[in-house]
Amino acid sequence: MGGISVILVILVAFLAGMEGILDEFQFHQPLVACTLIGIVTGHPAEGIMLGGSLQMIALGWANVGAAVAPDAALASVASAIIMVLGLSGGSADAQTAISTSIALAVPLSVAGLFLTMLCRTIAIPIVHFMDAAAEQANFRGVEIWQLLAICLQGVRIAVPAALLCFIPADAVTAMLQAMPDWLAGGMAVGGGMVAAVGYAMVINMMATAEVWPFFVLGFVLAALGDLTLIALGAIGVALALIYIGLKDLAKQGGGSGGGSGDPLGDILNDY
Amino acid sequence: MAEVKLSQKDRMSVCWRHQFLQGSWNYERMQNGGWCYAMIPAIKKLYSSKEDQAAALKRHLEFYNTHPYVSAPIIGVVLALEEERANGAPVEDTAIQGVKVGMMGPLAGVGDPVFWFTVRPILGALGASMAMGGSIVGPILFFVLWNIIRMAFLWYTQEFGYSVGASIAKDLSGGLLGKITEIASILGMFIIGALVQRWVSISFTPVVSVVTQAEGAYIDWANLPAGSEGIKAALEQYSSLGAAGLNVDKVTTLQGNLDQLIPGLAAVALTLLCCKLLKKGISPIAIILALFAVGIVGRLIGFM
Repeated sequence: MGGISVILVILVAFLAGMEGILDEFQFHQPLVACTLIGIVTGHPAEGIMLGGSLQMIALGWANVGAAVAPDAALASVASAIIMVLGLSGGSADAQTAISTSIALAVPLSVAGLFLTMLCRTIAIPIVHFMDAAAEQANFRGVEIWQLLAICLQGVRIAVPAALLCFIPADAVTAMLQAMPDWLAGGMAVGGGMVAAVGYAMVINMMATAEVWPFFVLGFVLAALGDLTLIALGAIGVALALIYIGLKDLAKQGGGSGGGSGDPLGDILNDY
Repeated sequence: MAEVKLSQKDRMSVCWRHQFLQGSWNYERMQNGGWCYAMIPAIKKLYSSKEDQAAALKRHLEFYNTHPYVSAPIIGVVLALEEERANGAPVEDTAIQGVKVGMMGPLAGVGDPVFWFTVRPILGALGASMAMGGSIVGPILFFVLWNIIRMAFLWYTQEFGYSVGASIAKDLSGGLLGKITEIASILGMFIIGALVQRWVSISFTPVVSVVTQAEGAYIDWANLPAGSEGIKAALEQYSSLGAAGLNVDKVTTLQGNLDQLIPGLAAVALTLLCCKLLKKGISPIAIILALFAVGIVGRLIGFM
């Protein structure tokens, strides 16, 4: 990797690290981070494909309440760098490089998790410095500590990324080539299945007895290959609107008809 | 004394800074630093004495934590309250903290399913399915659409909160939020069902049976006419016989049998298993690692 590429990779990693906590612009999502790293290192096509595959796995990864999800930022940045090293070392073919990087992304996402927990702990003294600045109505002080805290999260990804850049490319290629077929193939099989975990996280968040039938509809309709995702989305929106509309109607009907035999309940419903 | 008002420029400045809400996320008071950072332009405008400024800064360093986007209407309401207070209305510190705490819980309950579990999976899957074919349009589409939706949401809901002021807190338990959450979860479940079918891939390789097919059920390669006539004849037979006609032996795999029931049956079974395991409190990372192990073992023994 050339000097400029390394600097740009570190910059992308820094952005991804910041976004890993901010969660606004989405630079930490594999789709964006892997694509950017692919572009700055001269492997755009492979970067995009890796980003797409990783994104499918990471779809349901989100920090909600006490549940801690794997860290997408380190997973996408580090696995993209490893893929690029494997490719530029020469003989590793794109498909192997992509599927091994996907498998490596999972342990990396765990490592990223520990790093982000570390940063969130270091941020405790930082907000105490903010308290001190607030005491003196020192606006600048509060702002500087806030920006430092954000940069800390950027550095969390930028440093591992910089270290990875200095691993010799032929070492990575040699490692990829030394990998026996059953291991590479098995990881590809595993990679096909792990997306289920992310989807399961989403389902557990939203599932109620009421919405399960919509899951079934989506699952069955998706087997029709002619329906694109946009078409499926349109069907989903239409179903949701119809369902909510009918439900409202049923509520009103129940009230005015008085068919329930429960006048008090009807009044409450109307209310 | 002239009344102090927050201009649109002030509110935009707050909105911009509000994007860095989670920057100093910490285990003690969570998003408090980012919240205070976002409030600074308003505090500067509304209070001129040093004591008032210091008191306002401290007031906004209290515990705070919600979804980073639905925090926008909350900051809008708080801007309206601070403005009234600066103009002499009796708004207590406890009232401001009360509005923040009272709104952050219910709103986070809307933000998580709508943004993290509906909009992002849908846009992400859309972008990713294009990107897996190597198209740059996928990532660009995801990035642009997401940020348009996000920024529009941040600005307009902040303005909404600012214009209705404290009265919004009363509407929270009302029907609208519940309805949005319900639509999001219906749409989300529908799309997740589709994604499970399309993108969770399991294929079992064991061969269930090998049947030698009757004459006429396969293409008799040895007796085709020569040259391009032969290719034509083979293609014609192929289109009527289907893939099974390519060989004399008809091979049925376990996967083929499962797909005849419903395509993707194994994928949905795996997903439901994951749901169960997650509910039992098993960490998602442990499940992911186990799946890789299953994949490697399955490959080794020739099962998958």
